[in-house]
Amino acid sequence: MLAIIENICVERKRWISPDEMARLTVVAESTPGPIAINCATYIGYRIAGFAGAVFATLGIVLPSFVIIFSISRFLDNFLEIGIVASAFRGIRLAIGVLIFEAAVKMMRKIKRDAMSVTILVISFLVMLAVDLFAWNFSSVSLMLAAAFVSLTVFYLRKRGAGGSERQ
Amino acid sequence: MIYLELFLGFLRVGCFAFGGAYSAIPLIRDVVISAGWLTDDALTDMIAVSESTPGPIMINLATYVGSVKGGFLGSAVATFAVVLPSFVIILLVMVIFRRLMHEPCVKAVIDGLIPCVIGIISAVGGYMMLRCCFATGTDWTPDFKALLLTLFLAFLMFGSKPVFRRKMSPITLILVSAVLGIVFY
Repeated sequence: MLAIIENICVERKRWISPDEMARLTVVAESTPGPIAINCATYIGYRIAGFAGAVFATLGIVLPSFVIIFSISRFLDNFLEIGIVASAFRGIRLAIGVLIFEAAVKMMRKIKRDAMSVTILVISFLVMLAVDLFAWNFSSVSLMLAAAFVSLTVFYLRKRGAGGSERQ
Repeated sequence: MIYLELFLGFLRVGCFAFGGAYSAIPLIRDVVISAGWLTDDALTDMIAVSESTPGPIMINLATYVGSVKGGFLGSAVATFAVVLPSFVIILLVMVIFRRLMHEPCVKAVIDGLIPCVIGIISAVGGYMMLRCCFATGTDWTPDFKALLLTLFLAFLMFGSKPVFRRKMSPITLILVSAVLGIVFY
């Protein structure tokens, strides 16, 4: 996806420079939402202000919306066809593998310090238990807790570093 | 009112979908399963469809769930709600808080969120595999056929690089699993 955006916005239309594209990628990675949406809003605003942001975002959402909405109208009937139902029993087995693989790919990209690894392992165990035992606990609470822990560690370290500088 | 529920549910997904395409899946599962909008199987089928069609998974799932629960208006509301937070946040970052992303404390928050999201995504992936292979929640009776097929698919996904010298794409894996499903079920 990012490759297509880069190709169209940087190389063909020259809406933004390669440097700014790199900066935009950093922003997109630290804000919620798919990178494609973030890029569309950013580049739209950059070129044509608020209206540009609205139209660019609309443009990137519309194809998905139209395709999925059309599919959703007949998916249930489609899934009732014998051979399709069997195919989807197989596909369901693959989806867990795909999601797990996506997580492994993400693990390779992050810093491997003690805090990241601890947060990762604890989040994994807690969420697995929540899913297996159908506990009523949302992943959002876990994310807020992780953000809080990370911020606390950051301030403690900063105070520690500040103290040693004065010595 | 279903439209308001869809709006609030997907607004929450949009606010917390940090860390790329797959981060929306656990959040959407939370909302959809706890509200009883879809069964686990129906959601998994839809994740497969989202994976095989263009566009971010988050948008595809929002459009689908909205459409199932509230027709055209429902799907428009859910899609709008899921995009709104990233739209507003990007604009705020560009217009008002230009230096925000470079603030050390914002970086600290993100540094905590991303490993947590990865842990959550791997837990959901792991749970989905277990759910297909064992009677989870009851007596854990193994389903040997599903177990073997899942192990085979996992081998293809993780072991294809050394054996076939190229990485297997998600679409190829879905196609292989569909053929396996037709043959074995």
